[in-house]
Amino acid sequence: MNTLFEVSNLKKNFGALAVTNNVSIGMAAGDRLALIGPNGAGKTTFVNLVTGHIKPDSGRVTLSGEDVTGMRPAARVQRGLIRSFQVTRLFPDMTPEEHVALAILQRDGKAGRMSGHYSAKPAVMKEVRETLSILGLIELSHLKVREIAYGQQRLLEIALAMALKPKVLLLDEPAAGVPQLETTRIERALDQLPKDLAILMIDHDMDLVFRFATRVVVLAAGTVIFDGSPQAVTKDQRVREAYLGSYANAGSAA
Amino acid sequence: MALSTQSTTGHGQAAAPRRTDRGVIGAAAIVVFGTAGYFVFPDNLALLTHIISTMLLVLAIDLVTGYCGVATLGHAALFGAGAYGAGIAAAHFGITEPLTMTLVGVICGSIAGLISGIVVLRAHGLAQLVLSIAVIHLFQEAANKASAWTGGSDGLSGIMPDAVFGRFEFDLFGQTAYVYGVALLLVTFVLLRILVRSPFGMLARGVKEDPVRLAAMGASVQSVMIRMYIISGAVAGLGGALSAISTQVVGLDSLSFTLSAETLVMLVLGGTGSLYGAMVGTVVFMFFEDTVSAANPFHWLTIVGALLIAVVLFAPKGLYGTAAAFFERRSRAGKGRDGA
Ligand SMILES: Nc1ncnc2c1ncn2[C@@H]1O[C@H](COP(=O)(O)OP(=O)(O)OP(=O)(O)O)[C@@H](O)[C@H]1O
Ligand SMILES: [Mg+2]
Repeated sequence: MNTLFEVSNLKKNFGALAVTNNVSIGMAAGDRLALIGPNGAGKTTFVNLVTGHIKPDSGRVTLSGEDVTGMRPAARVQRGLIRSFQVTRLFPDMTPEEHVALAILQRDGKAGRMSGHYSAKPAVMKEVRETLSILGLIELSHLKVREIAYGQQRLLEIALAMALKPKVLLLDEPAAGVPQLETTRIERALDQLPKDLAILMIDHDMDLVFRFATRVVVLAAGTVIFDGSPQAVTKDQRVREAYLGSYANAGSAA
Repeated sequence: MALSTQSTTGHGQAAAPRRTDRGVIGAAAIVVFGTAGYFVFPDNLALLTHIISTMLLVLAIDLVTGYCGVATLGHAALFGAGAYGAGIAAAHFGITEPLTMTLVGVICGSIAGLISGIVVLRAHGLAQLVLSIAVIHLFQEAANKASAWTGGSDGLSGIMPDAVFGRFEFDLFGQTAYVYGVALLLVTFVLLRILVRSPFGMLARGVKEDPVRLAAMGASVQSVMIRMYIISGAVAGLGGALSAISTQVVGLDSLSFTLSAETLVMLVLGGTGSLYGAMVGTVVFMFFEDTVSAANPFHWLTIVGALLIAVVLFAPKGLYGTAAAFFERRSRAGKGRDGA
């Protein structure tokens, strides 16, 4: 297996609480991995450690063979490690069009330019419209983000991640807060991404997880308790115990 | 520009082109008001030039505060650096060609911008504000101590700029200085207008609105802010140079905490995050200050204070910001009716 992205022995304590306890996960190009686990298991913390938003106590993160553990978040993004946020982080006074245009310009190394407007660049505008259309946001292109519904802000998070052309994409509960009907848009958007990209998705919606993933990792209390196929996960005794009371549907969904 | 309007729908149709129009309107307004000022207040051109140089400082503050969200009470350091730079070039080095003096001011302002940016951007929030105050006091103390160069508390005099383009002498009525000031303001406005609409301008707004999101797009927040500080220094330094050229003296007050605070107040009065807000705030504040202090020399500060409280309470986006928001709501409501 050709490893694109490798996390080894990652550890993080918040005070006495071991939130991430010796976690190792490797991903190859084309992987579709679901990271699941009960609330408070440490899934978001794992993403924050990997992207550099939080510093790990120990452990290593490598991307295409390069050690990125000590790098700033922006430097990792420039190398293709892209994330979305569980709680939407957007610019409230900017429009969806401006968000996506800025992401594209930044990706192409043109965001530092001090003259010109993105709307005068046909290639940028074309891509902006395509990206917004895929997520059903084209009608809202010129509204400020603060004026659009939360579910649609969630979709814009996905649009930004797509526009950044990731090599490794980490999605933290992309469907949370999105109306049921709209989640198909997320799935369709993910389908349109290049196949050789590695995607790790965190979600509590088991139907979505089983449709998406070819591999499932279960995190409980900061520890990986399962790493295997979607078929095997529902039969695993430790997973059932971890979820007991928390997810009655963990077993029934398969 | 036409591109964005052709194939987008709904709200988009009016949004993009209107912004360009507003830029042209702004440039035209500077020309119109500039010309009007010349003929309506021929005896007050020195005051008007003073307003323009202050306006450049307020615009400079807006770049870092209104666009990038940096809190600063020390921005006069950049203005003073430009004023002393241009003044010292003329008084000590015989560089009296006004465009060259202006350029020296711009460069000195940029360097001061870089230095104070490096210091101020180390911290956030309240600590940042305190650092900015420390910076302005250090700058002022340095200027005070280096009295051989700066004239210390007596001020720097002996600044005798040549005629502009070798033809237009700086006259006693301040006509040349005023026209020169309006021209500098116009050029600056056009350049800043391009800057704030550019991709870099969007990065700057991103820094203010959510630095974490910006970093998650791969942009370096710190580098955006430092670059903006340097540009801001150039604009403030330009204001300082204009002040040195037009008044032919530079005093320690150009590097003062008072000037920093007052210009920040002007910006808040007009509205942060817009070039128009900065310009409107400066004009309103300084006219108000001039009129009220003449009418009531003892209580004018009280009246200015009352005005400011009224604005902050009833028009928190500032005079321009509140008016702009009002008209935007109205035009949207109108469009909604048309559609129905
Ligand atoms: N900055 C922090 N300081 C202290 N404790 C924290 C911090 N961030 C998270 N935690 C704790 O770490 C644990 C894991 O949190 P995390 O957000 O990673 O869980 P999660 O698996 O993403 O949960 P959810 O499914 O609810 O999103 C929780 O107990 C949380 O309270
Ligand atoms: Mg989480």
